[in-house]
Order: sequence, then structure tokens, then C-alpha cells
Amino acid sequence: MTWNWDVARDFLPELLDGLLITLQATALGSVLAFALGLVWALALRSPTRFVRWPVGVFVEFIRNTPLLVQLFFFYWVLPSWDIKFSALTTGVIALGLHYSTYVAEVYRAGIDGVPVGQWEAATALNMARGRTWFVVILPQAIRRVVPALGNYVIAMLKDSPMIALIGVTDMLQKARSEGATSFQYIEPYTMVGIAFILISYPASLLMRALERRLGH
Amino acid sequence: MATEPLTQNPAVDGSELIRFDHVTKRFGDNTVLDNLDFTVASGKHVTLIGPSGSGKTTILRLLMTLLKPEEGTIMVDGDYLTHEEKNGKLVPAGEKHTREVRKKIGMVFQQFNLFPNMRVLRNITEAPVHVLGMSKDEAEERARGLLDLVGLGDKYDAYPTQLSGGQQQRVAIARALAMRPQVLLLDEVTSALDPELVAGVLDVLRDLAHTTDITMLCVTHEMNFARDISDDVLMFDAGRVIESGPPEKIFSEPEHERTREFLSAVL
Repeated sequence: MTWNWDVARDFLPELLDGLLITLQATALGSVLAFALGLVWALALRSPTRFVRWPVGVFVEFIRNTPLLVQLFFFYWVLPSWDIKFSALTTGVIALGLHYSTYVAEVYRAGIDGVPVGQWEAATALNMARGRTWFVVILPQAIRRVVPALGNYVIAMLKDSPMIALIGVTDMLQKARSEGATSFQYIEPYTMVGIAFILISYPASLLMRALERRLGH
Repeated sequence: MATEPLTQNPAVDGSELIRFDHVTKRFGDNTVLDNLDFTVASGKHVTLIGPSGSGKTTILRLLMTLLKPEEGTIMVDGDYLTHEEKNGKLVPAGEKHTREVRKKIGMVFQQFNLFPNMRVLRNITEAPVHVLGMSKDEAEERARGLLDLVGLGDKYDAYPTQLSGGQQQRVAIARALAMRPQVLLLDEVTSALDPELVAGVLDVLRDLAHTTDITMLCVTHEMNFARDISDDVLMFDAGRVIESGPPEKIFSEPEHERTREFLSAVL
């Protein structure tokens, strides 16, 4: 098999369409993961055992089962309970939920890293607990973990092709369609690989630079 | 340990602002405060001295509700701090009650504990606006006044990390004062500072002590400062007050052997 530039040129618009979907899924999945992760992290610090315990079990369950299984579960099982989403939305939910359990752990480390004196100062100023969390503790905690969060976004980007398996027309799905119709494989899959490396390698360099700047 | 009567009331004039009744605080098997009684009258400046581990800082942390006593009660301005009365019974204080009584107390910490994610002005205005409900304009005007008072009128826009330790501590003093506490707790506020920065902080506190009627409870190793600002000095040893009185007496003619030993070691 030899490289055919004509095939590559023809596939390029398809690739860019797919890239848009890939980026969209990663971006929305990240937002969901950051938000849900925060919910888990705070719930795991709840003074009530009846909050901590079920959330802990749920988080461990999600973290210790494969993303692909979760994805298929959401895609095939939820509709039978009359919960229906588009393939892309289902993909975003699966990615976001799965990664939220890792993000929760990142937040936890960030929160633990805030000196206890910050809590004490907030108490001495008689600040309400919620206000202490949102203007004192979390801004400092999250700032510390931005590089770690960024690394999970990159990991999610690289896991995102799984959503092709439920029919989302991301980059991988575009390459699969191309192969199925034209029987050209080398160009589409190579180009998908290159597209991933062009995004994720600079992004991981950026995270490394951020880590250095934040003094880790 | 036996619980014979301890010191006489160190501050007999003025109304009683702080009262410790039979307060015991333990960390594991270590009894840090042992059945402690003492009172502080309103407007007094009281310094707690004694060897490290004698429980001085624990007293401030109990008053700030950063710790809870195992036994005994603490009252501030006539209200229970650690407890509240419900149906005529004394029960451990809930969050709402604690916040109500805690309003009267402010604290300055050894490590400053400024909020590094906020500029100096916001450090000072955050609690007045969001806890006391003051308008932003009023809070900022007062904050600038307080910054002038601590000699940092031009630093309102800086982040804490851009300031020296001494400057950070002066901001922390301004921040505590912005809440208009009746009692200011000072926990070894110069211990973390480079020697050349200590004087600036002590000057601010000395001014405060001499020009306001705020009650001060101070843990310090700066004996000259203690002598200068204190109405009363309490000498602690092993979780109890072993001697108390005006600074002239404690520093010049200490009665207790442990006090003499301690003072000869630190003076």
C-alpha cells in the first residue's frame, strides 16, 4: 500500500468536521468532569456519613470500571429506561462522568494542599462555611491543580475516539467511514493520528510549563 | 492533679469580658489545660507568658473556637462561647450560636494567614462586606483608614506575597480590626518575622493598646513589649496559671520559682 495524496486531500474536509466533534466532545466532557468532580470532592468531605459513603462507593465504581463499558451501558441501557440522548450527548456524559472521578481526586489533593491557617483565618473572620469554600479555599486549591486537570483533559481527548463506537461522527468515525466506502485506510488513520499528536503534544508541553510556573 | 483555687481575678475593675470556668483541654493523653479558671475584664491588655507547651496558644485557639474544650465553659461578654442554653440545659454550641458570639473576637496569627488569592484591600473588606453586611464603599473606606493606621496606606492594591512578613502581619492586624472585635487575640504575632521587621509590628500594636479600648489577649516572647502594653501578665506552667499580676510585679519581683526560672531564661 502506498500513500496517495489525492485520498488525503479528499479526506481533509471530513477530518476537520470530525475534529470539530472531537474537540466539542472533549470540551463539554471536561466541563462536566470539572463540575461533577467538584460535587464529588465536596460530598466526600461532608460531615455526614450518609453522604460520604454512597458517593465514595459510586466514585470508586465508576473509576474502576472501563469507560467503554460505561459508554455502551449509557447508549444501550438508558434508552430502555426512557432516558434518551443523542449519541454525542451520551458520549459527553460518559466521558465527563468517568473523568469526574479522577478530577475529584485532583481537587482533593488541591484542597488538602491549602494550609490549615487559611481555614483558621476564615473562622477568625467569622466567615460562613460556603463563602470560605468558594472565595478562599477553592480558588487556591484549583490554582494548584490546573496542570493536573489539564493532563486529564488531554487524556480525555485521547479517549474520545471511543464515542465513534456509538456512532458519533468524530475523527475516528470519519476515518472508519472513509475506509468502509473507499477501502483507503492508510491516509485517513494516519491523518487522524497526526491530528491527535498536533493537539495533545503542544497541550502537554503547555501543562508542563504551567507546572513549572506554579512551582511544583 | 488537685484543683485548689488558682489565681485571683487578674483584672478586677471593668466588666468581665472573658471567663474560663474549669476548662480542660487534652490532646490525646496530654492535658494541655488543666481545670483552668481565669477572667479578663473589658478593655484590659493581658499577656500570657510561660514556657512553650504550657497552654498559652491553646487558650487563644479555644477563644477563637478553633478548638473545643473537653471540659468546662468559656463565656464571652456574658454569653457562652462553647455552649448554648436550650430548654434550660447547657448543650454544645451550634454553628449559628457560635458565629453570633464569635463576632466579638478577632485574631492575628503567627503565620499571618492572609488570603493569597486576594489583594490587600479585599483581604480586609471581604468579611465586613459578607459577614457584617457592610456596603462595599464603606468597607473599602474603612479598610483604607486601617491601612493608614498600620502604615501601609499605599499597599491596598498589592497581593500578600508581594509584601514583607512585617507588612503582611500589619495587614493581618488591619483585617482583624476591620471586624470591630471587642477582643483581639494576638498569637505570637512576631515569632515568624525577621528581627528587623519585629519593631514595626510591635509599634502598631503598642499604638493600638495605648489609643483604643480594645481588649487584648496576647501570647508573646517579646517581654519588653509585654511589659509596655500589659495591664496584667499571667504566668502559665503545665496548663495552669501559677502567678499573675501587673507587669512591674511579675517582671521585677516574681513570687513563683518557675516564673523566676522562665524569666531568667528569656530576658
